[in-house]
Amino acid sequence: MTVTFLILAALTIIGASAAMGLRNLIHCVLALTLGFVGLAMLYLELGAQFVGFTQILVYVGAVAILSVFAIMMTRSAGPHAEPALSASWIIGLVVAGATFAVLAWAILSSGITAPATEAPDVSVKQIGDALMHSYAVPLEIMGLLLTAALIGAVIIAMPQEKTP
Amino acid sequence: MSPLTSYLLLSAMIFSIGLAGALSRRNAILVLSGIELMLNAANLNFIAFWRYGPNPAALTGIMFTIFSISIAAAEAAVGLGIILAVYRHTRNTDLDQMNSMKG
Repeated sequence: MTVTFLILAALTIIGASAAMGLRNLIHCVLALTLGFVGLAMLYLELGAQFVGFTQILVYVGAVAILSVFAIMMTRSAGPHAEPALSASWIIGLVVAGATFAVLAWAILSSGITAPATEAPDVSVKQIGDALMHSYAVPLEIMGLLLTAALIGAVIIAMPQEKTP
Repeated sequence: MSPLTSYLLLSAMIFSIGLAGALSRRNAILVLSGIELMLNAANLNFIAFWRYGPNPAALTGIMFTIFSISIAAAEAAVGLGIILAVYRHTRNTDLDQMNSMKG
């Protein structure tokens, strides 16, 4: 475990916790963006450059902006009188804590060991080759899914005409 | 503790934070953010296993993560569209008050 990993892990966990804990929704989304940046740096640390930069493009770029737009369009920003937590928040926290306990127990008791090897050198050319050859059908299906999601999101969010 | 174990523990931590947020917040947008965090924790697991696995040249973990990120982007777009449509009907995004099927 290196110092870099500790710093990045702390950054990610602080960002994620603040995103789930703060009251102002805009602050929540900014903290969430910080957590996504930490995750992207962890990907870079692990040697997956392409995935790291995709993470920055998709999450830090698109998803965060989309969330801010949604918050502004639903006028959820600013202080609120009503509580931020739902009525059954204690059950939620207990379930999440139990999930972490079970996962940590499973990881620590599995005795999984992996030697610290050299980081594999993966170029974008190799990824493109794989996408065009062995993963060509999943890539096409993904394009279809993204098109369907684009059309569906626009149709769902479109104002409906009042029918008499 | 081996590097792989620490990455797995960090991923479990992020997953639990996202789960706690998704289960205990009132605002629909934040619940969606919690689900995004859980998906990201799964992606971190894929990359960690790819990096420390026996055959990193096969690129399987990277491919799975790329497809997973695309699906998460589609999910975010459709989810926020649904939240906007619900807001137009009920004028709020509070999940505790969304208790009727008819807007």
